[in-house]
Amino acid sequence: MPEVDASFLVLPRHELAGAALQRAKDLGATFAEFRLERIRSESISLRDGVLESARDDEDLGLAVRVIHDGTWGFAAGVALTTDEAVRVAEQAVHMAQVSRPINSEPIELADEPVYDDVSWVSSYEIDPLSLPRSEKVALLTDWSNRLLQADGVSHVTAHVDSINECKFYANSEGTSTTQQRVRIGPTIEAVAVDAETGRFDSMASCAPPAGRGWEYMTGTGWNWDEELAQIPGWLAEKMVAPSVEAGSYDLVIDPTNLWLTIHESIGHATELDRALGYEANYAGTSFATIDKLGSLQYGSPVMHVTGDRTAENGLSTIGYDDEGVAGQQWDLVKDGILVGYQVDRRMAKVNEERLGTGRSNGCAFADSAGHIPIQRMANVSLQPAVDGPSTEELISRVKNGIYIVGDKSWSIDMQRYNFQFTGQRFYKITDGKLDGQLRDVAYQATTTDFWGSMEAVGGPETYQLGGALNCGKAQPGQTGAVSHGCPSVLFRDVRILNTTQEAGR
Amino acid sequence: MTTAIQLSPQDTIERGLDLAAAAGASGCVVLVAESSSANLRWANNTLTTNGAMRGSRVTVIATVGAGEGTAAGVVGRSSTTDSSLRELVSAAVDAARSSSPAEDARPLIDGTVGSGWDEEPDETSVNVYAEFAPALGEALTQAGKENRWLYGFADHEVVTLYVGSSTGLRLRHSLPRGFVSATGKSGDLSQSAWVGAATRDFSDIDPLAIDTELTRRLGWASRTVSVEPGRHATVLPPAAVADLVTFLFWQLEGRDAYEGRSVFSKPSGGTRIGEALSPHRVSLRSDPNLAGLETFPFAVARSSGGSSSVFDNGLTLSATDWIRGGKLENLMQSRFTAELTGAPAVTPPIDNFALSVNGATGTTDDLVAGLDNGLLLTCLWYIRPVDPQTLLLTGLTRDGVYLVENGEVTGAVNNFRFNESPVDLLARFTAAGATVPSFSREWGDEFSRTATPPLLVPDFNMSSVSQAS
Repeated sequence: MPEVDASFLVLPRHELAGAALQRAKDLGATFAEFRLERIRSESISLRDGVLESARDDEDLGLAVRVIHDGTWGFAAGVALTTDEAVRVAEQAVHMAQVSRPINSEPIELADEPVYDDVSWVSSYEIDPLSLPRSEKVALLTDWSNRLLQADGVSHVTAHVDSINECKFYANSEGTSTTQQRVRIGPTIEAVAVDAETGRFDSMASCAPPAGRGWEYMTGTGWNWDEELAQIPGWLAEKMVAPSVEAGSYDLVIDPTNLWLTIHESIGHATELDRALGYEANYAGTSFATIDKLGSLQYGSPVMHVTGDRTAENGLSTIGYDDEGVAGQQWDLVKDGILVGYQVDRRMAKVNEERLGTGRSNGCAFADSAGHIPIQRMANVSLQPAVDGPSTEELISRVKNGIYIVGDKSWSIDMQRYNFQFTGQRFYKITDGKLDGQLRDVAYQATTTDFWGSMEAVGGPETYQLGGALNCGKAQPGQTGAVSHGCPSVLFRDVRILNTTQEAGR
Repeated sequence: MTTAIQLSPQDTIERGLDLAAAAGASGCVVLVAESSSANLRWANNTLTTNGAMRGSRVTVIATVGAGEGTAAGVVGRSSTTDSSLRELVSAAVDAARSSSPAEDARPLIDGTVGSGWDEEPDETSVNVYAEFAPALGEALTQAGKENRWLYGFADHEVVTLYVGSSTGLRLRHSLPRGFVSATGKSGDLSQSAWVGAATRDFSDIDPLAIDTELTRRLGWASRTVSVEPGRHATVLPPAAVADLVTFLFWQLEGRDAYEGRSVFSKPSGGTRIGEALSPHRVSLRSDPNLAGLETFPFAVARSSGGSSSVFDNGLTLSATDWIRGGKLENLMQSRFTAELTGAPAVTPPIDNFALSVNGATGTTDDLVAGLDNGLLLTCLWYIRPVDPQTLLLTGLTRDGVYLVENGEVTGAVNNFRFNESPVDLLARFTAAGATVPSFSREWGDEFSRTATPPLLVPDFNMSSVSQAS
């Protein structure tokens, strides 16, 4: 079991926190919190088997957030000295003072037990940043060459992001946490170009980013050998596949595609800050407003969606959030009805009566020391049916439909109603059997119609975690990593577009 | 830890270059970016978050070997002290040693000490809002009294970039960047309007004027009309044009086009350079000295890619036409990709653009006045590529779609999902206005140095209705 890196533990985290929290208190702050965060990352890119770019980065800094005269104030700095910690605390208080005239709601926080000097480390075996660069480039070169040597592959891009995040948090209530998370995001894509017509298309690996270490690249959690061997054939078949006829189809959607639809149409829609309007100027709001809690028919009765900070290898999994709240799991949609939200301590307090609980579910995160914590997404997952069907059984129930694998293009409106997605592979289903690939496919729907058309969810053996490293939210913009688990799912009568026709061709 | 000494940007560069040479690097470039920013965010007529941040980023690019055998190592850190700099440079040299030769290796850019090199970084602080914040408070109070909701964000940052190289380059350049983005909603939340603008110092931003414009637009929504999806005559204001054209701008990568995998690839091989994209005299141009949109006048690359190279850091940038007279003129090229693809010139990415239509005059209101029946948009949102072959993009209309009848706005209509290609739009628009500074709703937070005209498109493809309001 890995431990927090010694190189992080030698930083004077308690000393800096003590200086900052004391200064905030002396200046009259009623609540103060301190974060020291170090994010080490490495990004390697290969183009056609040749190293294009390799870069390693470290972001290290400290931040102080205070409640002063009922108003938030936040400031951040980079020098790890007690003088700087004190300066940043002063600046946070000053920020609160300048902001006081435009704040009309005194800030109060939901209670949370105190966790005194606790530690937590995510589940991984090998920290990718501990390995020599050459070993990692060699692996991506091998993968690229396997694809490049195949017939019909014109170009290959391969990329891996590796991240090691160490975070120390302390607040004026006495909580202090030291945590470390490791995550990895590999991508590899083959491109075919038809020299005669100029038509081009691509086929990418469906491997999601994961809360794992380098072991993920060598077979733990993903079968690379099998997938890389199939990508050229899948791509060749897609290049000659017939263009889809636009219309209404039954769909079987693979978890490698559906995770993203869950992310956009459920994950973001059940963020309480959006439902309350905090994101109205940027990421948007939500149709799932708090007055509908307990009554909104989100989807069909087989729909059970949970939020969690606890799934092993989940990208949003952590011991304690950036307000010192311990990780939990809870229901968002049960029997097709909206029953919960993702919240932070302030929202939990303000909406205690409606939410039926006065405790935060631990969704406050900042993406780095330089940014303020905001409500960020938990791992939001669609639960499988106990003893539910296999993917093949779901396909067997469809007379005329499409089986969709892998994610690609995505877009949804600012209230999370209307979405459109594409994918990596679209297989025609004829009389319960796969009948070759189609191309130019996009599916478009309104969230509640779509989830209402969900006839059956697959069994636990079809359940997979998908996810993203780059979910964007807030101003200034922050990125978040999050996983979404789901089984294969059968939907009836979903609108399918032909993207070539949409382009007026 | 407490004995570590914070270094000035100039000292970081001089020491870094010395350390790299001592460690056996054949070349080195050090970039130091000192930034400061302050922001205010509001929603539901009250402040929600704020922040005052200071940041520093040191990037060391070390090279080993010579000629085609040159390899590069790139390592970045958010801050350095005298002791961590040593570690940072040594990591970069080690990375270069353990890397295969870089495809894009070229001699580092030669140079001398540029003007202002010795100056300290410029800074901003929350004081930039000394007049803005009280006026915003007034606007929020007024909106509350008049049963209107305001949401928005104001951001100001100053980045001072220092670049030094083992080949003598010593460059310093400071850039301010700011913007305000504001949404207004009716009391019942059924209607929404938006105003956004880029600024360099907030002296030209008046929260009360923004509220007045939002109120005017919400007033247009006193009559609401349902409009079916389909192809509609549509006026795109400069913000919506920036939403679409920024995406086109980012697809101007030379190597992708050359390799047959972009909308700018020629079906028979090679690129579409020289081909007419529009029957109109359209120009798409970047220029580090564009008035009001000034950006770094030299190449800055922290990693190499299809149009940029870490070896090109410090390369002088000059005005570049991407599209001229409706014809594709240049794609973005590093020295390496220009040679690889046989491009007419080395034309690295530049962090701004102006789209203009030769001879076009007038405003969005003028285009509306000339339209018998159609739609007026505010801005676009959640724009993503659907088909790279045609650069088909999908996305949504946002915060105000208005019905135009007989040259006047006569009501507000529902939102739509669109599927459209900005490349096709350049060929299909039938009227344009004068180019003005614009702020993209979708991309402006990160890329705000744009100038675009309003356009009238006779057949904009609204694919379906979005219930979002």
